[in-house]
Amino acid sequence: MPLSVIMLTLLKGFGTTCLIFAVTLVCAAPLGLIVSFGSMSRFRPLRWLTKTFVWIIRGTPLMLQVIIVYYGPGLLWSYTAFPRVSAVLIAFIINYAAYFSEIYRSGIEGVPRGQYEAGQVLGMTKAQIFFKVILLQVIKRIVPPMSNEIITLVKDTSLARVVAVREIIMEAYSFTAKGLIWPLFYSGAFFLVFCGVLTLLFGYIERRLSYFKV
Amino acid sequence: MSILEVSNLSKNFGVSEVLKDVGFSVERGEALAIIGASGSGKTTLLRCLNFLEIPDGGSIRVGGEIIFDANDPETLRESEIRRKRLHFGLVFQSFNLFPQYTAIRNISLPCELLAKERPDYKERRREILADTEKTARALLERVGLSDKAGFYPHQLSGGQQQRVAIARALALDPDILCFDEPTSALDPELTGEVLKVIRGLADKNTTMVIVTHEMQFAREVSDMTLFIDGGAVIEYGPSEELFSSPREERTRRFLERYSNE
Ligand SMILES: Nc1ncnc2c1ncn2[C@@H]1O[C@H](COP(=O)(O)OP(=O)(O)OP(=O)(O)O)[C@@H](O)[C@H]1O
Ligand SMILES: [Mg+2]
Repeated sequence: MPLSVIMLTLLKGFGTTCLIFAVTLVCAAPLGLIVSFGSMSRFRPLRWLTKTFVWIIRGTPLMLQVIIVYYGPGLLWSYTAFPRVSAVLIAFIINYAAYFSEIYRSGIEGVPRGQYEAGQVLGMTKAQIFFKVILLQVIKRIVPPMSNEIITLVKDTSLARVVAVREIIMEAYSFTAKGLIWPLFYSGAFFLVFCGVLTLLFGYIERRLSYFKV
Repeated sequence: MSILEVSNLSKNFGVSEVLKDVGFSVERGEALAIIGASGSGKTTLLRCLNFLEIPDGGSIRVGGEIIFDANDPETLRESEIRRKRLHFGLVFQSFNLFPQYTAIRNISLPCELLAKERPDYKERRREILADTEKTARALLERVGLSDKAGFYPHQLSGGQQQRVAIARALALDPDILCFDEPTSALDPELTGEVLKVIRGLADKNTTMVIVTHEMQFAREVSDMTLFIDGGAVIEYGPSEELFSSPREERTRRFLERYSNE
């Protein structure tokens, strides 16, 4: 088998990996914010509902969630609801939204009451307090846990293969049948580089925010 | 006419009555000291003045204007509260400086945000911004921190942070400046510098309400003193009298306990 074919296959797998990563991140980040508002709501049933949801999602394996989203509708109503990739994306987005929401919540709740109150007695509007005082402190607080979670997401993409979505590991693994082990190492290198770049990026953001302490 | 008149103020948290029928007044240029044991309601009283808590009963007047009346829900309109808060400044026990801004920015930011609401802000933007910057610098100098303008709060000592917080409160030129135990979060060797700034304000006849556990300081700096216990005013009168010859047994015992410490 020519090298170029193997490379192309791996690249295609990497494309799928990147797609899962990017779509999950872009959708779960804002969705997580909405979930976090739910878990901080003063309306008790909503708070309770959100917390239960977060508990279930965080308390069960992502792999199980992917399987359920893909096979569940078929088994329950004998009807295939989603194409493979969509099923993976839905499970990932829900899962990561739950994790992100907890990070947001602890970031927001971590800002001392006194910061809001100082803003209030200085005549600021609610919007001014949020944008001028609170937001940057929340961002600073959530960057380290978010970077952890996002790097975990990179590696979690490999779970997509449980419903036969051909992400990079699955592609690489398929070559072992032909006695080739190096594509697996090769795919490992992709992950290393990917995570390395993210680590650098988050390190840069953290340094940019290191001029103050919260 | 008194600049501040508080009458029959009461506040409950659930079933516990934290303030009971509290009344006092402050004349323009006077300093009122509020003393009392831990948990007696001093912080709650200041928070009520600053609309951080809404009292359950009573009224508050500033310069004759009723800014709060428990029987008149009109006085609780959200849009009005923000404006009314500006009658008061509040210096917190824990400073509450904004960590992401430098000392000078902490002082100028609130002024700038308020200036944006002025009708002439658009035309005179530069002028106004230069003004707030100048005021902020002057205030920083007044609290003895001109050389720390570009420092972030975490680079300042507690005493310095509290002095910046005082400058920040002064920047909005409140009618009444409130202090909630401004030195009790500080190491003993740092309290002096903060008390000195407050003394300086008293000498310049700044109207102040000062909650403090520093009895000597309260006695020296204030014109009137209010002793509060269990949420009720026990004794209220000229500071010199209250400290030298308290009329109430409870005041006497409280002062004795403090002078023994
Ligand atoms: N948000 C709140 N909810 C319930 N109870 C409260 C609340 N804030 C204060 N209290 C109670 O009200 C009482 C008075 O509290 P406050 O903080 O006003 O006392 P203080 O005189 O400032 O005490 P200290 O000298 O310790 O600062 C206390 O018993 C306190 O437990
Ligand atoms: Mg207190």
